[in-house]
Amino acid sequence: MSASLGRAAAALLRWGRGAVGGGGGLPGVGVRAASSGGQAEQLDALVKKDKVVVFLKGTPEQPQCGFSNAVVQILRLHGVRDYAAYNVLDDPELRQGIKDYSNWPTIPQVYLNGEFVGGCDILLQMHQNGDLVEELKKLGIRSALIDEKNQDSK
Amino acid sequence: MLRAQLARCTVSMATRACVSLDSAGSAAGGPVEAAIRAKLEQALSPEVLELRNESGGHAVPAGSETHFRVAVVSSRFEGLSPLQRHRLVHAALSEELAGPVHALAIQAKTPAQWRENPQLDTSPPCLGGSKKTRGTS
Repeated sequence: MSASLGRAAAALLRWGRGAVGGGGGLPGVGVRAASSGGQAEQLDALVKKDKVVVFLKGTPEQPQCGFSNAVVQILRLHGVRDYAAYNVLDDPELRQGIKDYSNWPTIPQVYLNGEFVGGCDILLQMHQNGDLVEELKKLGIRSALIDEKNQDSK
Repeated sequence: MLRAQLARCTVSMATRACVSLDSAGSAAGGPVEAAIRAKLEQALSPEVLELRNESGGHAVPAGSETHFRVAVVSSRFEGLSPLQRHRLVHAALSEELAGPVHALAIQAKTPAQWRENPQLDTSPPCLGGSKKTRGTS
């Protein structure tokens, strides 16, 4: 258990600058501790703590599922590095808890600015139709794809 | 058809080799597939309903009915966001999703949207998933 928490924490340190040092200690710990009650509140805080939050099978470095990998790769394409990623395979309570909280039966799940966006299909759709660039802009994140496009047109 | 599916890998960003899609469960269609079809028909009266059992590409026994992709084309989706559309599909299949079905990729389109690109996409390859075989061959 401590190993999995360690991994979760490490993933946060690497990927979620904003996630570190927020009130309430390690998110993984909070979710675990909340199993007997108040889990919704804990998850509420978790998804709002960072602008971009994803729940994956595996880690951004090593996704364990093609759909989770697709989410990671889409964020990478847009140059989004500063996000909080939680590995639900490390934590069965989180795995079920986030499904209940989001009222969404599958992983991965994506939150932007505390709002549930959807899973892989929807993020891919937003990537393809340009909505993701707009949504990121609202969060003050400039998609790397904009710069790429500008360079192309020069 | 298999070759067409592989060639169309829409999310080709996955780095590992595609696990070959074997024929597990895809030929006849098992009871779960039949239930999914019936429930979506009933809930959304789709103009088009395409369903593919993708379990064969995952680390589950042959003949499994765990991973599916569905295209639902219904006028009920008019004016609804992607999130709302997916929730309708989830609601119709809540039993299956709480039970045997681990993965469900959804294309929820209006008839007009479907006509623009009338095809069932292909899911990214499995990366070893929940347990078991991490094999990539």
